[in-house]
Amino acid sequence: MSTIETPEVNGLTQPAAAKPPVTPLLELHEMHVYYGAIQALKGINVTVGEGEIVTLLGANGAGKTTTLRTISGLLSPRSGEVRLNGERIDGIPPHHVVALGIGQSPEGRRVFPRMTVLENLQMGAYRFKSVPKAELERVYELFPRLHERRSQQAGTLSGGEQQMLAIGRALMGRPRVLLLDEPSMGLAPLIVAQIFSIIKEINAQGTTVLLVEQNAAQALKLSDRAYVLETGSVMMSGTAGELLADPRVREAYLGEGAGA
Amino acid sequence: MTVQEFWDYLIPGIALGALYAVIAIGYTMVYGVLQLINFAHSEVFMVGGFAVLMVFTKIDFNDPSVGMSVLLVLLGFATAGFAGAGTAFALEKVAYRPLRKRNAPRLAFLISAIGASFLLSNLAGKLFGRNNHSLTIPFENKKVFTVMNAQVTVLQVLIVCSAVIMMIGLDLLVNRTKMGAGIRAVAQDAETAGLMGVDIDKVISRTFIVGGLLGGIAGFLFAMNSSVGYTMGFFPGITAFAAAVVGGIGNVRGAMLGGLLLGLVESFSSPLFGEEWRYVSAFVVLILVLMFRPTGILGERLGRTA
Repeated sequence: MSTIETPEVNGLTQPAAAKPPVTPLLELHEMHVYYGAIQALKGINVTVGEGEIVTLLGANGAGKTTTLRTISGLLSPRSGEVRLNGERIDGIPPHHVVALGIGQSPEGRRVFPRMTVLENLQMGAYRFKSVPKAELERVYELFPRLHERRSQQAGTLSGGEQQMLAIGRALMGRPRVLLLDEPSMGLAPLIVAQIFSIIKEINAQGTTVLLVEQNAAQALKLSDRAYVLETGSVMMSGTAGELLADPRVREAYLGEGAGA
Repeated sequence: MTVQEFWDYLIPGIALGALYAVIAIGYTMVYGVLQLINFAHSEVFMVGGFAVLMVFTKIDFNDPSVGMSVLLVLLGFATAGFAGAGTAFALEKVAYRPLRKRNAPRLAFLISAIGASFLLSNLAGKLFGRNNHSLTIPFENKKVFTVMNAQVTVLQVLIVCSAVIMMIGLDLLVNRTKMGAGIRAVAQDAETAGLMGVDIDKVISRTFIVGGLLGGIAGFLFAMNSSVGYTMGFFPGITAFAAAVVGGIGNVRGAMLGGLLLGLVESFSSPLFGEEWRYVSAFVVLILVLMFRPTGILGERLGRTA
């Protein structure tokens, strides 16, 4: 359905010109982000449709984490827009972005180490007056391990358990879009497979997912579409199948030697 | 030291330690959320003393009845708490928030803290004069009971009871309420707390208000025990800061423990080593604790956790 991205012919044309596969829920439009004088994102355009799993691929320093941090309001774009359901949300502080329905499991998991598993999950629901029971049950169903460990200090959990907690905590805020920053980082292959299958399940239950990954092969198998970032720009985009078949992607991100 | 001396110095030591503990909470909580030693906290304490002095000099009370005494003490708490909380709130807004919004380096915060401390102290000196004012105690400070022949006065009972109530209340607030969860989350990882929907600015403001409330009330209690003056915050402030570090900076229960410990050490140092060692002892303990346990007694970490 979608094609390899056609470069914007003209910045002034209707932004809706590029036809996204489904109703766009989250849109990044010509987003430029700087760290001081250093430009981290050079006008990227990314669309995430309602109900999709979209992956951002790219090497270290390509701007994947910067993209998620900007969506969550931890960074403000110098120019360009972030839109949720057509409404601009760039420049809004993080705690308001969460309330609009964007949850994030940040890079490095960042669980609160001296809080219990349950307290961490409760923090995820901080925006609600009281902790929603249905959400807590859903998270415990997805991650039975978290239920077993609910009174344990989060800092004492294994890496995989901390990742589950970080995802579960983000789900507690009942997000419409879940941003996942490298959920496979530093985890054993078996745990990675488990986490990826849970991400699939979360998506099947109706949550839109924007995933950042270096583990391209597995991420693409799971995704509907993907974007490849290189030094702050979108180099390629398309359906997961298209990218999996693309020789450049195969060589650079799927670890296949330059055979030809 | 005789057994009698032990009891004679134990009781004032506990009262002093309880006050240090309450003040130390203000240092440690602010450190938790901002990684900043709020050196102007000693002036928040001083403001509590001056606020009650102003109110009490307006009221003419001579030999008040028991009911009147209770009312006056409650008025003192309210005045000191309100003044302390207000000062701390304003301090954060004026001296720290602008720096935070500009991502200023750590050193700028420290300089701002010391500057605010000097400013407030000398402003009080200018407004109220540089002599000490005695605060009339609104009750007869008689002996309530004796422990092993050592006298315990009404003021000592008041100090210890109110400090214990404040510490229990604070512990519940931090560990059992949603507001407390927000404070702990910001202390452990502010950015991630923001991602969870915590309004960091609000949490920081509230932390200053709570710390200021306790600091102001401690100023009132301390002033009844000695006097009110523009430098009254300096020594208790620096000792309470030492107490927070001894207990493990950032750890609320550690601050309570450290405060009590330094109060006792200070009190016992005069019969053991002589009165002139009184103000040295607390810092000797600080150095000893840091030599053997750099994170403080209950401290778990010095850096941020990833």
